[in-house]
Amino acid sequence: MAEFKHKDIIALRDLTKEEMELLLSTAESMREINSRDIKKVPTLRGKTIINLFYEASTRTRTSFEIAGKRLSADTVNITTSSSSTTKGETLADTALNLLAMKPDIIVMRHSVSGSHYFLSSKMPGCSIINAGDGTHEHPSQGLLDMLTIKDRFGRLDGLKVAIVGDITHSRVARSNIQGLTKMGSSLFLAGPPTMMPPGAERLGNVTVCGSMQEAIQDADVVMMLRIQQERQGKTLMPNAREYSRYFGLNPQNLKLAKPDAMVMHPGPINRGVEMSSYVVDGGQSHILKQVENGVAVRMAMLYHVCGGELE
Amino acid sequence: MHGRGDLMANEKTVIMDNSGIKRAVTRISHEILERNKGLADVVLIGIRSGGAFLAEEIGRVTEVIEGVKAPVGAVDITLYRDDVSGHLPHQAVGKTDIPFSLEGKRVVLVDDVLFTGRTIRAAMDAMMDHGRPACIQLAVLIDRGHRELPIRADFVGRNVPTSIKENVAVLFDDRNQPVEVVLEK
Repeated sequence: MAEFKHKDIIALRDLTKEEMELLLSTAESMREINSRDIKKVPTLRGKTIINLFYEASTRTRTSFEIAGKRLSADTVNITTSSSSTTKGETLADTALNLLAMKPDIIVMRHSVSGSHYFLSSKMPGCSIINAGDGTHEHPSQGLLDMLTIKDRFGRLDGLKVAIVGDITHSRVARSNIQGLTKMGSSLFLAGPPTMMPPGAERLGNVTVCGSMQEAIQDADVVMMLRIQQERQGKTLMPNAREYSRYFGLNPQNLKLAKPDAMVMHPGPINRGVEMSSYVVDGGQSHILKQVENGVAVRMAMLYHVCGGELE
Repeated sequence: MHGRGDLMANEKTVIMDNSGIKRAVTRISHEILERNKGLADVVLIGIRSGGAFLAEEIGRVTEVIEGVKAPVGAVDITLYRDDVSGHLPHQAVGKTDIPFSLEGKRVVLVDDVLFTGRTIRAAMDAMMDHGRPACIQLAVLIDRGHRELPIRADFVGRNVPTSIKENVAVLFDDRNQPVEVVLEK
């Protein structure tokens, strides 16, 4: 099996198929720990992990924190509202100050795409994990989505995966496209033209569809994205109601997908906008399974970046 | 055939053949039954990968003798190793499969080769995280010496005096059945 030699995990674009398979395989083994009475192993004892969140997050931050604690690392959370950023400190200065405290891993979420590469260049000897950067990538979400799909179908290659919504602003979509195309899935994207990045079809085995119906027709996986009000101007869509009519998933258009198709959403969900509650709470929804797998995937990421580089 | 350990060395001697392994496993099985007065509350936990195959084997033999089947589980000790923070890439983590509680059970840990004892230390820590067993016993096919921790086996297939530079490997076939034990210089 492949070895994982990266110091950082910033984007699935940087990982090979074999490296992602190793992370997923380790995550599958990590799940056993999460089902025990004593949910802890001593592996990362003595390691310090700083969760540095410049953007709001419940799921991802909690999930990374639990993952670190279950591996016996010491985890510290820093959120912008309580940090020196509000006093005007730059990211470079924050990095140098944190580095002086000798952390082993920094898990960061930042609104600027690519900021993790900058942080990594400032922090030799410390691993950087991307928990979401602007509209670039969200690798832990991509990996947990792949694990959830693999659980359901036992494979990733040859599957038809539809991603519907605001593709332009979605780092979840980018990580899933990078990861799933390498694993052999075919991707079909749909969304309002104002939310579809030009050249999306150049990312690999990706088809940009003219309508949502076209994308989800015979799909094995229907992945819905959140409408990100905070990242877009007011002009990208007329209103939530109209969006929902053309790009919302409901029990009727879900019938276009394969009968055993799985429905996914990275959360948080705007019920009634991108997805009706019938679908969110329905039998085909794997949304809570995604959250469950998130802890195991993040344990695998923390475990593998802590290994040596052998270079 | 596949086995644990480094097979790069060139000089190989077979120190236990297939029928030797079968006899040793049968004797260990009888000793486990004798010590525990049957199989009540006994669970067999094999250490991946070689020990897990041997635990299955001991499970089969004790069932033939006793007429009841002891639960068999497998533990991967990667996450409990004492050298995980080294400078090498972290190993893939295998599956730990213990689908029953160990609380109050008489756990028989099974491994193929007992060497430094560090693997057994890690496995015992892992057992404790699955509940509080009534006791833990250790069964190994080969004890090659060179302990670095105060650990000894309760059931031993064969004691093999070795030099620290040598390697002892139990080889298994494609169906995970033990084939032979080799000593490599």
